Amino acid sequence: MEDELSFSDIYGGRLALQRRYYSPSCREFCLSCPRLSLRSLTAVTCSVWLAAYGLFTLCENSMILSAAIFITLIGLLGYLHFVKIDQETLLIIDSLGIQMTSSYASGKESTTFIEMGKVKDVIINEAIYMQKVIYYLCILLNDPMEPNGISQVVPVFPSAKPRLDCLIEVYRSCQEILAPGKATSTSP
Amino acid sequence: MVLKAFFPTCCASADSGLLVGRWVPEQNSAVVLAVVHFPFIPIQVKELLAQVQQASGVGVAVLGTWCHRRQEPEESLGHFLEGLGAIFSHEPWLQLCRERGSKFWSCKATHRQVPTSPSAPGEDQVMLIFYDQRKVLLSQLHPPTALPDHQAGDATASTRGLAAVFDTVARSEALFRSDRFDEGLVRLSHWQSEGVEASILVELAKQASGPVCLLMAYLLSLISAASTCRVFKLWPLSFICSKLSTCEQLRHRLEQLTFIFSTQKAENASQLMRKANTLVSVLLDVALGLTLLSWLHGKDRIGQLADALVPVADPSSASSVVVYWAYCGQTGLCGQEPSQAECPWLLRVAQLRGRRKESLGAGKEWVAEELQHLLQWLMGAPAGLKMNRALDQVLGRFFLYHIHLWISYIHLMSPFIERILWHMGLSACLGLTVALSISDIIALLTFHIYCFYVYGARLYCLKICGLSSLWRLFRGKKWNVLRQRVDSCSYDLDQLFIGTLLFTILVFLLPTTALYYLVFTLLRLLVVTVQGLIHLLVDLINSLPLYALGLRLCRPYRLSAGVKFQVLEHEAGRPLRLLMQINPLPYNRVVHTYRLPSCGCHPKHSWGSLCRKLFFGELIYPWRQRGDKQD
Repeated sequence: MEDELSFSDIYGGRLALQRRYYSPSCREFCLSCPRLSLRSLTAVTCSVWLAAYGLFTLCENSMILSAAIFITLIGLLGYLHFVKIDQETLLIIDSLGIQMTSSYASGKESTTFIEMGKVKDVIINEAIYMQKVIYYLCILLNDPMEPNGISQVVPVFPSAKPRLDCLIEVYRSCQEILAPGKATSTSP
Repeated sequence: MVLKAFFPTCCASADSGLLVGRWVPEQNSAVVLAVVHFPFIPIQVKELLAQVQQASGVGVAVLGTWCHRRQEPEESLGHFLEGLGAIFSHEPWLQLCRERGSKFWSCKATHRQVPTSPSAPGEDQVMLIFYDQRKVLLSQLHPPTALPDHQAGDATASTRGLAAVFDTVARSEALFRSDRFDEGLVRLSHWQSEGVEASILVELAKQASGPVCLLMAYLLSLISAASTCRVFKLWPLSFICSKLSTCEQLRHRLEQLTFIFSTQKAENASQLMRKANTLVSVLLDVALGLTLLSWLHGKDRIGQLADALVPVADPSSASSVVVYWAYCGQTGLCGQEPSQAECPWLLRVAQLRGRRKESLGAGKEWVAEELQHLLQWLMGAPAGLKMNRALDQVLGRFFLYHIHLWISYIHLMSPFIERILWHMGLSACLGLTVALSISDIIALLTFHIYCFYVYGARLYCLKICGLSSLWRLFRGKKWNVLRQRVDSCSYDLDQLFIGTLLFTILVFLLPTTALYYLVFTLLRLLVVTVQGLIHLLVDLINSLPLYALGLRLCRPYRLSAGVKFQVLEHEAGRPLRLLMQINPLPYNRVVHTYRLPSCGCHPKHSWGSLCRKLFFGELIYPWRQRGDKQD
């Protein structure tokens, strides 16, 4: 079963949430961020090159122009490979674990898998981010030393930053797997 | 709880038979290790499993049946497979079946006994997880979960989660020893290596490594015994040795070689990795050093380097300084203040020298000469500042005299510099890092800058201290040494008068001293920066775990940070199929985990403390002081 919903992130940008139900014990949520827009790319490139050209007219050194080209290229590559995240996936498998994957725009994927034995719970938390209060989904990890302690809080979808309505959808589905039976009664 | 069956991908095309593996009850998962083919005698299978269990300490058992239907489904085989469950009793009994022409498998887990809960009538939900047996066998999980008491029988409790799967596969290596083509009693299907390529060189190296290690360890122990001789413990030698970076580097290299050639076997994987890393880094270091050596000794480059390093190879500049010094000394002896009329003369000397330098056409840096220029500039009106003329001249002459001493020292040294460099070049055989400890030579050749800096700093420090105590006097306070605090104090009138007078004098002389201090501190910082960069390079070569990085680059599964799962194509009503892959360790964590210890003889100033020290005129050293806090 697969369906797609549309939500917005905290800045108002469009996010697409894909839900895939492979089996009752395995679900996948895939948040697609908006792609790199041609407009912002053009604006950044133009501003860098204009600044370089301005410096060139002042200094009359053509090294500046070639340096600007290299800076733009390397910056774009670095941005696509290390910064720009296109898709974030949360795969939750009953009695096995939770896997978070972020795919970068260049195709690089970074995956973190958390075993179910370490997961204490999945909750929605609120945090102060810049000048506003945002909600985020996070995974609480068990502390091996203390039975009731929490050793770490792992945020889910750290780069997409979806709004609360989207988080509630994901949260309900997660709780259905994590704590079957009482999922419908819990509300965040 | 969902039943998880870990199935090796290499067995997917095996013939029908029995599933052999380990059952992990606390996770409700079955780790399939191999498939036993028909025909077999049940007693022999049980014997083999008992042997493996004894050898590896893993509870290997028959978990169920495996049915690979190549032809049309046969009713008899199905009954036969069900019957096997009675011979090899296991709870629960797995029945894996792969049908011809279909990508989807069927999997059933049946409980022979009465199920505990009435809602689940004898059958569980099953999840199939494929894993690559070879990669899981060879990979090393980070952080390591295995405890030291691992060898002791049932270590299953120490590992939990997926680490148990890794552990099971890694420890049941005894099961994988049997070959596919062996005509043994029991035929198994599992991962097996492609066979070790027998190279005579590798075998010879293996045979030779033992005696070579013994010999080298003996030689190294001789060297270290010699280095602990009492002669080196005497005061000046021990002090010099602790400050020279070459000595530090040699000691570090000795430690490394002793570690590599130690005859003890590496206890665990991390120590083995450390040994390999050290070996590779020493080899690379020596290779780089030999390259440098061959380059240096190629075309008399040593001589050129010596010429470049001797800062005053030009005797004419030295003679002009002597003339100038004689003139200054005359005026100084007469007790006359140098008048403005001297300035054109100075300028002319400077111009003359500049022209001579141009005519020589030497593009080399004359450190001493540049310093003289700098001093002359400082003795005039530097950057248009009006200094205290008398103090300015005194300081300038003092430093000029020092430069003169320095030049004569260099002249004495210059015949030997080339030979010293030649011998230093030979040390490149021990590795690039030893040769790069050239910062000692830089320190020797810029000793005058260090002296200037010390003089300037001491003078400046004195003034700052005097000013601060007099400022306290100004406010009617004093520093109480016994109580370590500032107390109020009533001064006499003449004390106050003298104090104020001294304060005024010090305040007016401060800018001149501060200027000299500033200039020489900047020069000193330049030298320290160059030395620091060389140290950084040496540290980088010494501490980079090259073997681990190479392993990560070529065999990413060997160093794993964990696993990742991929959901394979799915059909309703069939068990879910997942592919388990190794998640390789990121490069930064590889470097962080396997970083080799470097010789930490360099201070780590924070920027704030550095600035504070510079402002108050405390000396900064390129080595770590005994009183410094280790951070």
